[in-house]
Amino acid sequence: MPDAAGLEKLAAAIGPETVLGTVHTDCRSEISVRPEAVVSVLAKLRAAGYGDLRSVHGLDYFPEEPRLCVKYEMLSRELLDRVSVSVRVPVDDPRVPSVTPDWPTANWPEREAFDMFGIVFEGHPDLRRILMPEDYEGHPQRRDFPIGGEPVIFTHNESSVPGWFA
Amino acid sequence: MTTEARDLSEYRQMEESVTLSEESFVEGDRELLTLNIGPHHPATHGVLRLVVTLDGEIIRDVSPVIGYLHTGIEKTAEVKSYWKAIPVIERMDYLAYYFNGMGYCGAVEKLLGIEVPKRAQYLRVIHLELNRIMSHLVWLGTSALDLGAISVWWYCFREREQLLDLFEMSSGQRMHTRYVQIGGVAEEIPRGWEEKVREFLAIMPERADVYGDLLNKNEIFLQRMRGVCPMGAEELRQLGVTGPLLRASGDPWDLRKAMPYSSYEDFEFKIPIGTQGDNYDRYAVRLAEIKESVKIVEQALDGLPEGPYITEDRKVALPPRHELATSMEALIHHFKLVTEGMRVPEGEVYNAIEGPRGEYGVFIRSDGSSKPARVHMRDPSFVNLQATPALVEGHLLADMIATLAVMDPVIGGVDR
Repeated sequence: MPDAAGLEKLAAAIGPETVLGTVHTDCRSEISVRPEAVVSVLAKLRAAGYGDLRSVHGLDYFPEEPRLCVKYEMLSRELLDRVSVSVRVPVDDPRVPSVTPDWPTANWPEREAFDMFGIVFEGHPDLRRILMPEDYEGHPQRRDFPIGGEPVIFTHNESSVPGWFA
Repeated sequence: MTTEARDLSEYRQMEESVTLSEESFVEGDRELLTLNIGPHHPATHGVLRLVVTLDGEIIRDVSPVIGYLHTGIEKTAEVKSYWKAIPVIERMDYLAYYFNGMGYCGAVEKLLGIEVPKRAQYLRVIHLELNRIMSHLVWLGTSALDLGAISVWWYCFREREQLLDLFEMSSGQRMHTRYVQIGGVAEEIPRGWEEKVREFLAIMPERADVYGDLLNKNEIFLQRMRGVCPMGAEELRQLGVTGPLLRASGDPWDLRKAMPYSSYEDFEFKIPIGTQGDNYDRYAVRLAEIKESVKIVEQALDGLPEGPYITEDRKVALPPRHELATSMEALIHHFKLVTEGMRVPEGEVYNAIEGPRGEYGVFIRSDGSSKPARVHMRDPSFVNLQATPALVEGHLLADMIATLAVMDPVIGGVDR
């Protein structure tokens, strides 16, 4: 990961009008940007040598606001370095532009973030649930979704569990 | 009699003149067939469902449907304390449990900022590489089985059994060993284990040659593999594909060499790469990787340093059993760790390691409590599987089965 000065340089290259802040710790360098600018930010990082998008994943900062977050883990194979990009969106308007047209690898990970957190990726070619059933309601990895919120189905109760048996 | 023979040869001629893969497709010319394969189908290596649109035998479209094995492991990990989450996380990719554990524990160690003892790093490397061999053996056996070569399966699983016995000896379990711990490994290797591993290392390269001899001159195998479903390195890179699949296309990207972790910089090994990027190269790269892994384990055993097998930081690792009877402090540490677990400073981390299928990346967000606020596994099977449509479209249905086998997706890792 870039050191603190390198991270500031990278953030300056992206542009102060899109960068909301930088985080530099012993184990992570992260740039948080405005959600609407994420496509151009990743393009600028690609120009700066970060040519691989390794992971896209959602996050819920409940109870902080804005709650939902998408992280993009970038890798530079030339600099042997990693940097992360983070965008945060409120839970009542969770829209982020999709990076799938530029980065085909983001296709399924974005679908997963939609499925698990309800983050809507605008411009995604095929934004459907991927891991949960198509008719599932709710976004199970949000922090306010209870664990055990799903009744366990046995043969003795399958007819009484709503939505399951006919 | 003669007419019959002539008819037969005519039939053979006609048969040879049919080359389905070269026939051009005219829109609206003929009917397309949509075929559902899976989720319960032996050729899909788990519960993977493929909706395939066929024109004759040629695949025009394929859409993988996943999620049949989704068990919510990432969610479950959020209600377990850091060290109690290791067993569930190991069950994601069920053929690479040491890698899952290593990715997760490495991430927590980065957040805690603790140093792993050298001996523990070497023990981790030994087990990771043995696990890599084990995973490749399962892959080779099942892939060859899909192509009808059942004997290879028996041989591969014979060696795999030997490896699982080694895992059982060092950790007590054959699968999901929970051997990698935060700060080191769970236990010292037992007496006699090193000799057993050396016995295995002595025979393994030879056995890998045996698999090669069985397959490399097998005409059916070669026809199913050579030149089938090739793809260039750049396209694979765009799709995020990592691991042997990428290296088979001639791209020598390997995190063990490029960004070493857990003392990988101490060992000499080569990175096998392919030239054509077809199924044969994907097979050959993995077979060569088995031999390289053997070399790494040999070097790690030769250079195994003395010292503790887990960090001596009592806030992270359990005190030794014998201290509990004599030391009040050890008893308190033990009690705190078992009941509440360790508290990890606030922060986020993404830790990536090179597994048998590519990059295993674990993201953890800690909110300062003893339970992770978010665990995400960037599983290589999940990302690599996205390449399926691009790889098989325009090829024969039978080639899709071969390609899917060679891609080696583990559905436990895909669905998590």
